[in-house]
Amino acid sequence: MTDLQTTPLFALHHRLGAKMVPFAGYDMPVQYPLGVLKEHLHTRAQAGLFDVSHMGQVTVSGDSWQSVATAFERLVPQDILGLADGRQRYAFFTTDTGGIADDLMVARRGEDLFVVVNAACKEADIAHMRDRLPGFTITEHADRALIALQGPAAESVLSAMDPAAAAMRFMDVATLRLGGVEVWASRSGYTGEDGYELSLPADRAEGLAEALLAHPAVEAIGLGARDSLRLEAGLCLYGHDIDVTTTPVSAALEWAIQKVRRHGGARAGGFPGDARILAELDHGAPMRRVGLQPTGRAPMREGVALFTDEAGGEAIGRITSGGFGPSVEGPVAMGHVPVELSQPGTALFGELRGKRLPVTVTSLPFVAARFKR
Amino acid sequence: MKYTEEHEWLLVEGDVVTVGITAHAAEQLGDVVFVDLPEVGTTVSKDDEIVVIESVKAASDILAPLDGEIVEINETIVDNPAMVNDDPEGEAWFFKIRTTDLKPMDDYMTEAEYKEFIG
Repeated sequence: MTDLQTTPLFALHHRLGAKMVPFAGYDMPVQYPLGVLKEHLHTRAQAGLFDVSHMGQVTVSGDSWQSVATAFERLVPQDILGLADGRQRYAFFTTDTGGIADDLMVARRGEDLFVVVNAACKEADIAHMRDRLPGFTITEHADRALIALQGPAAESVLSAMDPAAAAMRFMDVATLRLGGVEVWASRSGYTGEDGYELSLPADRAEGLAEALLAHPAVEAIGLGARDSLRLEAGLCLYGHDIDVTTTPVSAALEWAIQKVRRHGGARAGGFPGDARILAELDHGAPMRRVGLQPTGRAPMREGVALFTDEAGGEAIGRITSGGFGPSVEGPVAMGHVPVELSQPGTALFGELRGKRLPVTVTSLPFVAARFKR
Repeated sequence: MKYTEEHEWLLVEGDVVTVGITAHAAEQLGDVVFVDLPEVGTTVSKDDEIVVIESVKAASDILAPLDGEIVEINETIVDNPAMVNDDPEGEAWFFKIRTTDLKPMDDYMTEAEYKEFIG
């Protein structure tokens, strides 16, 4: 618990009365006085402000966009070369055995690639990029904060400060001027709601956060609600739903691998673990990430073992994320099950406190995404 | 009223003890979303785990504070778990236990002692 790092909004979290917890080496707000349930519902109804400054922000630069994108495609199974200037994409670093080393957001900003990675993986990710991309400049922006503004009111709040915010579509990136600060904005997030992620100099973060919080539609939201929001949205949490042991296909992330990198594509393969990942894209993987809805009201959390029968038999899979979904008004979960048991409607049992309780395989997300496409 | 180190409050009326969780415990738990109560008529021993409370954050349990029989449960908190946060030391009691042995009550904390305990 010692040597926890803090974000540029640490003092603000304390002033707002946040309950702080250690998360990925940082002292982070898990909830504010509003509480997880109301913070979650407020984000879906209006707008929530999240401090995500613990995440890693990195720029990859080289001679040209062409050279940067070509090189980066050696690390990820995504189409990077095809990324238009001002566009962002979900990506993941793969391992040599086809697992997922981290999931990330990549954006083209002119000739550079701007990358946002998970806090817990950022040191390893940066080392990986430096190791695998010799001759390119890998710059970690430790001097920048990252603030997410998520929810249906996010557009009106930001466009009142800079009208250009409203013109952005889902997964666009642009430079906005918010309260006199130049902000690298992307229209994205991890809640299933429309919203923005805002990268800005650390010493300007508190001022912008307070300006946003002064808006009656905006509340500060902690990690607790961030987790239930992303879970309802069917989004993976690295280290839980996906990790080095899960492949993109077993994690049901095929949608994030563009045709050009698959068999028959112009730039098929050429990333770590490509043999296995390309084969699984063609033939499937033995396990699959699915949505799971417990029938009763008891939440089933990470680690709950899944069975086909109410008694006897071996566990066939496990829950990797689970809890209570405030918008669903009931328990929601994700887990990994054998592909033959992954069809929506499949009846399974989760073992909770020694009792096997019914749970149904469901399609994801639990709450439909409301992105501004 | 007496208090346990497990943050239960105990209200004795004759040989029946009403049990709930303290406001401090409710606040620490966060928003309660699920409560599982024992059935009326269940015979319990002191320190049996007889109630499961799930909040948005985690699962926790309530231990039987005494030996006895569950004589009444509060179904309204099963239907509306948020009551546990709204009125933990009033309407949101959990169960009533008829005890055969009130002796352990002497070891539980007074209100002043509990306040000191939670600091």
